[in-house]
Amino acid sequence: MKKIKCECGHINPEGTVLCEACGKPIEENQHIEGNDKRKLLNMRYDGTARRSLTYNRSIVDKIWSFFSSVKVGIWLIVITLIASAIGTIFPQEMYIPAEAPSRDPAIFYEAEYGIFGKIYYQLGFHNLFSSWWYMILIALIGISLVICSLDRFVPLYKALKKQKAKRHETFLSRQRLFSETKQVSEEEKQKVVEALKKQRYNIQNENGHILAEKGRFSRWGPYVNHIGLIIILLAALLRFTPFLYLDEYVWVREGEEKVIPGTDGEFYIKNKAFTLDTYDIDDVENERFKEAIKKEGEPIAENYESDVVIYQAEKSAVTGAEPELKKIIEDNITVNNPLKFSGFTLYQAGYQLNEFKTMSFNVHEKNDPEEKALGTFTIDLMSPEREYKLDNGFRVKVENYYPDYYLDNGEPRSESKYPRNPAFVLWVYPPGSEERELSFIGIGKNIESQGENKYKIGIEDFEMRDVSGLTVRRDYTLPLFIVGAAIFMIGVIQGMYWYHRRIWIHPKGDGLLLAAHTNKNWFGIKKDIEKVISDTEINMVVDQQELED
Amino acid sequence: MSLEQRKANKKNKKRRRLVFRSIILLLLLSAVVFALVSNFNKDKTSYEAGDKAPDFKLQQVNKNNELESIQLSDLEGKGVMLNFWATYCKPCEAEMPFMEKLYPEYKDKGIEIVAVSLDANELVINRFIDKYDLTFPTPHDANSEVMDLYDVGPIPSTFFINPDGEIEEVVNGALTLDKLEDHFQEILPKK
Repeated sequence: MKKIKCECGHINPEGTVLCEACGKPIEENQHIEGNDKRKLLNMRYDGTARRSLTYNRSIVDKIWSFFSSVKVGIWLIVITLIASAIGTIFPQEMYIPAEAPSRDPAIFYEAEYGIFGKIYYQLGFHNLFSSWWYMILIALIGISLVICSLDRFVPLYKALKKQKAKRHETFLSRQRLFSETKQVSEEEKQKVVEALKKQRYNIQNENGHILAEKGRFSRWGPYVNHIGLIIILLAALLRFTPFLYLDEYVWVREGEEKVIPGTDGEFYIKNKAFTLDTYDIDDVENERFKEAIKKEGEPIAENYESDVVIYQAEKSAVTGAEPELKKIIEDNITVNNPLKFSGFTLYQAGYQLNEFKTMSFNVHEKNDPEEKALGTFTIDLMSPEREYKLDNGFRVKVENYYPDYYLDNGEPRSESKYPRNPAFVLWVYPPGSEERELSFIGIGKNIESQGENKYKIGIEDFEMRDVSGLTVRRDYTLPLFIVGAAIFMIGVIQGMYWYHRRIWIHPKGDGLLLAAHTNKNWFGIKKDIEKVISDTEINMVVDQQELED
Repeated sequence: MSLEQRKANKKNKKRRRLVFRSIILLLLLSAVVFALVSNFNKDKTSYEAGDKAPDFKLQQVNKNNELESIQLSDLEGKGVMLNFWATYCKPCEAEMPFMEKLYPEYKDKGIEIVAVSLDANELVINRFIDKYDLTFPTPHDANSEVMDLYDVGPIPSTFFINPDGEIEEVVNGALTLDKLEDHFQEILPKK
């Protein structure tokens, strides 16, 4: 590794563009920042050696310098952007509509979108955001972020720390703001220094060479900002551990007691009641929504809520064995008003209305036009009995029960275990008789087996209940996201609202050279200079960039 | 500073830089690997072949079987076919006769069938058992707890558990008579 000794005596690392101490351009490195083709010096990272640009001997160095390139970083971001955009053209796999003829992605995309859909599916865009290559892209951006920041922050920090008040003449004359004054008295110079101090510049004096600097801390803004981003990425990573992040969904029927998923059987929930309020079209308060409500046609939910009890199970229980439950909390969950316990949060997230709970039937004579009940019985649809004894000696035996009845090629079956469309095959035993009659009864269906039945069964009444849908969430990563976002914001503010301004005064003969540099707001620094030289004969700096253009 | 000192200095610095970069790259790499592996595991069922089958205890509802309740750990030393089914599930219904057909023979050889029903009520289970004259134990998972424990997706889903209590194989979907017999051979206790 070759070091470069500047004429001021400072030894610079290889790849340095401007001497770290005096700022003199180092002849053989001017091509790096393109200074050889312009009058003005490129002040990026104060002309320090970004080492990755200069040596990469081992494989580690090569990987490092690859990620150290901002160009690579930008390309990664652009590729990710394009991929994300493509991912939104057709719906992602989880958003394939429920009513689609086939929800199998292998069929759905081609059937719905033709050849493009097929390509989309084959390239894996239907599951883009959790695909391995998308995740790798995000990871590469993260790596690039860390290495780019490290590789720039460290040399810049060192350069600004090592900088000397005494700068080389060329350094000053090739700054954007520069002026030369032939005759300046010591008094005038002192005045300028005092004025700079008043404007809260830090003054460094080296044998009459003066460096006035303020707001260096603004230069760290981007790096602070990147630390915030890295923390956010880290928080997203931690969401993969179930202990830190959990997102489940549970349906609980009114009156039902159920284990809360994701809690390892430790917590149970009971839904005491579910309430749905809809917008009342006749309410004066809703006057202005009248048209909209009418247009919608269906009732619109205004609020829905569940009254729940949370139980904790004794830990020793084997899964499935009846646990002993201890009530820990009884509360109400409303939309946007979740229930919190032991690190878990329950959100009201959905509902299904009007599932059958119980049904009562009567037995009457088939020929009786008034259908006078000879006896009644009630079936609990979640746990029906095998046989019901009626008051007047009738017996009804359940031959078969279809909670969610449908006809499958002429054969009655159930679609699910939930009583959404209950139907029964029942034997009716008249009092003291073993001559039984078969009936089939369901919602809107009442069929006798042979058409010779003496007795008929009718539905008298039914009870409905609602099902409450709750999201179960545990998220310990949220504070980390907040910390990351706050640091991100601090970095932005730090870089945005403060300016790093430097003014150099270089005595030359009886006069002096004056030059200035800032990372933004050139107008501001010109104002500063105007103020400090107002009482003197020193020439105002000239914006050499404007001259150049 | 002598030339040699300077050289040694330079060498030191270089080594430090290499170590520093290697550590940073390793840290970043492990974070990426962690993300990819967790993302890959997310979609998988939690128990697979080779894992120890988690224990559970459920009430047994088949009146043709003498057991009142089933606890998996009590069956250690036997091969266990742990089947998840429901009366409304057609492919489950299709494989039931095969299970019943092989049960008496393999019970004597040391295999137990545990057919966990995911139905909501016992009546439908009993009617189903009567229809097919099932004799093996059918525990009732009324609260879907064991289903959650085994992370059962679409049914039928069957776990073949060897006499040591380890899952030998997981089969999603219905089994034929031949396949069922093959799987029984795999979990047969050694004499």
